[in-house]
Amino acid sequence: MTATDGMEARYRDGDTEQRIAVLEDLNRHAYDGALADDEREAGLGLVRDALRANDPRLVSAAMGAFAGRHLGDHDWRHGVMKLVFMEVPLTTVDRLVDRRDAELSRMAADLAEEREAAGRPVPDDLRSLLPPVGAAREEGR
Amino acid sequence: MRIFDPHIHMSSRTTDDYEAMYAAGVRALVEPSFWLGQPRTSVGSFVDYFDALTGWERFRASQFGIRHHCAVALNPKEANDARCREVLAELPRFLRRESVVAIGETGYDSMTAEEDEVLEAHLALGVEHRLPVIVHTPHRDKKYGTRRTLEVIAESGIEPGLVVLDHLNEVTIEMVKESGAWMGFSIYPDTKMDPHRMVALLQRYGTERVLVNSAADWGRSDPLLTAKTGAAMLDAGFDAADVDRVLWQNPVEFFAQSGRLDLTPLPGFALANAPETFSGNSVRRGGADATVPAVPEAAR
Ligand SMILES: [Zn+2]
Repeated sequence: MTATDGMEARYRDGDTEQRIAVLEDLNRHAYDGALADDEREAGLGLVRDALRANDPRLVSAAMGAFAGRHLGDHDWRHGVMKLVFMEVPLTTVDRLVDRRDAELSRMAADLAEEREAAGRPVPDDLRSLLPPVGAAREEGR
Repeated sequence: MRIFDPHIHMSSRTTDDYEAMYAAGVRALVEPSFWLGQPRTSVGSFVDYFDALTGWERFRASQFGIRHHCAVALNPKEANDARCREVLAELPRFLRRESVVAIGETGYDSMTAEEDEVLEAHLALGVEHRLPVIVHTPHRDKKYGTRRTLEVIAESGIEPGLVVLDHLNEVTIEMVKESGAWMGFSIYPDTKMDPHRMVALLQRYGTERVLVNSAADWGRSDPLLTAKTGAAMLDAGFDAADVDRVLWQNPVEFFAQSGRLDLTPLPGFALANAPETFSGNSVRRGGADATVPAVPEAAR
């Protein structure tokens, strides 16, 4: 019996609320060492599945601690940008400050350019991802 | 005003929409295959969906005087699910159907390696079957994604004139125009593009190779935004022939490359007004027939 026993089946057979509960289980165990390698791989598959959803509750649960620790940079950045599109506050994203990098700022700057060209406002969360004014793009920390 | 909506997801819409579209001048449309909002988990649900598009939905449209054609593809999001990938092998038998006039929508969502492979596979099918391809450009990272899409199109060897890149905006139009591909614009109530921004783009870049669609689906959208864009064009000083070019002749030219478009009026229904009927000095400005979604007669 492990922390995430039957997790994949619970997700696949569950309704949206049950799927969110599985993602929250993954988030709870992101740092406690309870997840075996194969469970972590399965968890990443579920997170990627949830990140393709259009329901903001699923996307935001998928961008919690488990993704913050384990999800690759490319998918993680797209998850952040998807939340911007969904107007979900980025406070929901785990480790945003540690993981934001020059590529995420580049994506944000391109989106801000589109919004400005369209005469639409640039939301605060999007603005917060832009490269720092004056400072060169060096936040690869 | 006669209208051909080159991208609309009618299976997500009601019969009221069909009636209002007919009243506004819509006589033909293309429904690309897309994401249903909920992930599919097997090839069977794609096959049944394609059957519905080429069967029931086509019939439903015909009852309202609208010629329905479709495009089939594995959409970019589900390209990432191995359980759905197998549908690629099923596409060729659908591409032989007379009601299928294109491949799509394909393209990028998150720009993964899987999406690369599936986009390439669809472009190869376009070359092989000599069919137009509808390519969706991603919402996130649109500029980079559009540039990368153009590179993949160039490498595929498909003739650019056989491809439309859709959901373009002020930032992506120029690179697509230069490539020789068609430029698609989805007019939405509040996000991707609105009628006035569309008119500004037409003033700046011209009407050649431009397709305007409503991309109406299960989200907040409006199937009459094609007509409203035509009205906005007239208000801005374009003439009826320009509107006809953008809303009718361009999509006809693009999809006629399939050799399968059927644009004869359906029995019991009339042709929409071609521009001759209000040409010369009697051009009707303001597009009165476009903005009033009246539902005069039930077409059942
Ligand atoms: Zn679409």
